[in-house]
Amino acid sequence: MTVQSEQIDGVLQVSVQEDMTIYNAASIKDTFLNWCNSGVPELEVDLSAVEELDSTGLQLLLSLKAESQKRAFSLRLLGHSQAVIEVFELLKLSMYFGDPVVIPADWKKS
Amino acid sequence: MSDMNLALQTFAHEVDELLTEMEDALLDLEETPDDAERINSIFRAMHTIKGSSGLFGFDDIVAFTHEAETVLDQARNGQRAVDNDLISVLLACKDHTAHLVHHFLTNENEALPTSLQEQGKLLIVQLNGEKHSIVTSLNLPATQNEELDQLHVETKSTNSSDNWVISLDFKQDALRNGMDPLSFIRYLSTLGNIVEVITSMPNQAELEAMDPESCFLCFKIAFNSSVDKQTIESVFEFAAEDCDIHILPPYSRQDLYLKLLENQADDQLKRLGEMLIDIGALTNKEVVEVLAEQQLDEVSAEKPIGERLLEKNIVQQPNVEQALKKQEAVKQKIAKEANYIRVDAAKLDHLINLVGELVISDAAIRLVVQKKGLTDVDDVASTMGHLVEEIRDTALQLRMVQIGETFSRFQRVVRDVSKDLGKLIELQITGGETELDKTVVEKINDPLTHLVRNSLDHGIEIPEERLMAGKPEKGTVRLNAYHQAGRIVIQISDDGKGLDPERILAKAIAKGLVKPDQTLTENEIFNLIFAPGLSTKEEASNLSGRGVGMDVVKSNIEALRGSVAVTSKFGQGTTVTIHLPLTLAIIDGFMVEARQERYIIPLNMVEECVEMDSDEWQMDELQHYVNLRGEVLPYLRLGNFFQSHQKPVLQNSNTPQRESMVIVRVGDARAGFVVDELHGENQTVIKPLGKLFENLKGIGGATVLGSGDVALILDVHGLIQYAQQRLPANMLH
Repeated sequence: MTVQSEQIDGVLQVSVQEDMTIYNAASIKDTFLNWCNSGVPELEVDLSAVEELDSTGLQLLLSLKAESQKRAFSLRLLGHSQAVIEVFELLKLSMYFGDPVVIPADWKKS
Repeated sequence: MSDMNLALQTFAHEVDELLTEMEDALLDLEETPDDAERINSIFRAMHTIKGSSGLFGFDDIVAFTHEAETVLDQARNGQRAVDNDLISVLLACKDHTAHLVHHFLTNENEALPTSLQEQGKLLIVQLNGEKHSIVTSLNLPATQNEELDQLHVETKSTNSSDNWVISLDFKQDALRNGMDPLSFIRYLSTLGNIVEVITSMPNQAELEAMDPESCFLCFKIAFNSSVDKQTIESVFEFAAEDCDIHILPPYSRQDLYLKLLENQADDQLKRLGEMLIDIGALTNKEVVEVLAEQQLDEVSAEKPIGERLLEKNIVQQPNVEQALKKQEAVKQKIAKEANYIRVDAAKLDHLINLVGELVISDAAIRLVVQKKGLTDVDDVASTMGHLVEEIRDTALQLRMVQIGETFSRFQRVVRDVSKDLGKLIELQITGGETELDKTVVEKINDPLTHLVRNSLDHGIEIPEERLMAGKPEKGTVRLNAYHQAGRIVIQISDDGKGLDPERILAKAIAKGLVKPDQTLTENEIFNLIFAPGLSTKEEASNLSGRGVGMDVVKSNIEALRGSVAVTSKFGQGTTVTIHLPLTLAIIDGFMVEARQERYIIPLNMVEECVEMDSDEWQMDELQHYVNLRGEVLPYLRLGNFFQSHQKPVLQNSNTPQRESMVIVRVGDARAGFVVDELHGENQTVIKPLGKLFENLKGIGGATVLGSGDVALILDVHGLIQYAQQRLPANMLH
């Protein structure tokens, strides 16, 4: 999986660079696990490049969130892509993740 | 005067029905003493009889029923406890009322005989005597109502929102099977408004251990939409295999369902599942699933479908309750309607006769059509033939009554007899809905009573004996009826001590019924109990055991062209099986011809047909028997038997014609009838012979053939006996 990661002031900033679907699920899981094991107090995940999110991807995000609560590091999702927003809207999940979601101006026009 | 007679007849009918109803209700009441509806119906019976008797001026009946009515009114209001004593007295009252009515109907203006008067007084004392059992409070109905109220409140509060609640529980393989749970929810969102979703993964604990390609998602969705349950279910149709789906309708639907249930046409009885599907509270799939489960689940297979549905939270309590209520109401309505039409039996008989004629004319038409080769008429004739057949079946159906009523009369017999004998006996009735001809039902009643009494008296042991034998204290007598190959089978079985083959054999030998050196199979021995003069009971009770009866039972049943057999296991129980023809009016016959005369043999008595070959069968022309595959078989030349005064037609004696032998069997008795020609199966309308011919030997009736000829229906039973009597005694095994 292609990710970019950078650690600034104890904050691990990463970005997911591909679709979160069943085809990549295994590798994404490993990456997520690595992040969790890195032991940083804060994790920022940029989702802006995620053009597709299916149930597996959703499961992974949910697990990541659960893991963050269990291991007591803070998880921030940012740059939600349209695909991510659509799923979060459908399942009313924004509240659960609790991150500010920026809805772009051309939302649902494409 | 005749008007008055008619009215009296109606009165008698009415009283009869009411009393039967009352007896049923009383017997039910023994099981469930607090059933308000039953008490009410008993009260109504007494009340109505009192009223109608008043109309005719039967003051004694009025006076008596008034007392019973008063007590019942107290019971109805809860002032008087309904216990077994009261039920016994009320049963006696029911009998007494029947006696009173009978007395007044037969000797209209005579005063009541003292015996009846005394009995009436005694019963009234018994009715009123036990004031101590007056109930002080009205606890029961109140609590029941409260419970109901609570229920309503509960269902309201738990489901107050106006949303469907859909819970989806995906299985682990869902994703691998190409399902994407999200896409279903997306599709769902096009049908209405998704108000709230709770997404959870209850079965997944650690990210580390997680297989990312397995599915752990569970959704609970609150969904607002006006579509029906079926549509919602169809959304998840493709996921059905990989997902547990529960769809709970919103409360607002409840009212709709209840209203729909209320308005459902009540012209036919439906099953609970069907009713709920009809109104949309349940989908077909759900019912099929629950039913399949019901079949698999052996432990609690008895659990009704309604309960199962509730348990699985597929439908809500009020729906099921309402549906059950509705079902009950429809049942009652249908029962009422079934009771409603009262047709003169003579009219029905006339109709059946006409239909019989119709069947004959139909056969005649076919004959003509065939003879003249009219193909175009043939089509019409065959259509008509089908219609005639249908009319025949329907007309015969009209005379059919369910045997259940006859069966349920035995509840009383069993109850009374078991009390007399100090035994605990339960009567189980199955197959009460089996139908058979009214005349047959009437005639089967006596033999049945006899057999049931036998089971009660000889079969079931006293409780101590049963416990010693390791059986449940309470004995069971079963009455069962079912259709089998165009005949009706009635079974009376008990789990009592069974028949003792050795004692029966010893008795039979002592009575000279069998020879000491004869070897009989166990079954043959058991069936000896139908022989005249055989009883194994050492002491005769007032119920049975005098050695008259079983032979009468047998001949009664055989008079109906039926048969009876008994099987038994010593120490475990006895089963008596009665086979009866469905109807007496039209039978399947087997037509044969001897010396230009046609005869009908009831088809079910024909065992086989063989070619007569004197060499092969070693015919003994003098003593009239053949060797049929090593068995001695008496035979009868029908031509000689019926037309002995006529000389055989010449051509027959010149060219030896091929003869056939029809082997017939009634019970265990067999004989062969030698005939010239076999014509095969034939729908036979039985016509009774005139008074003059009633005592003719060997003939049971006559029928008219399509050609207009008359064919005689053979009394096979009589003929077999005749044939066997001609045989030297030592030939019979």
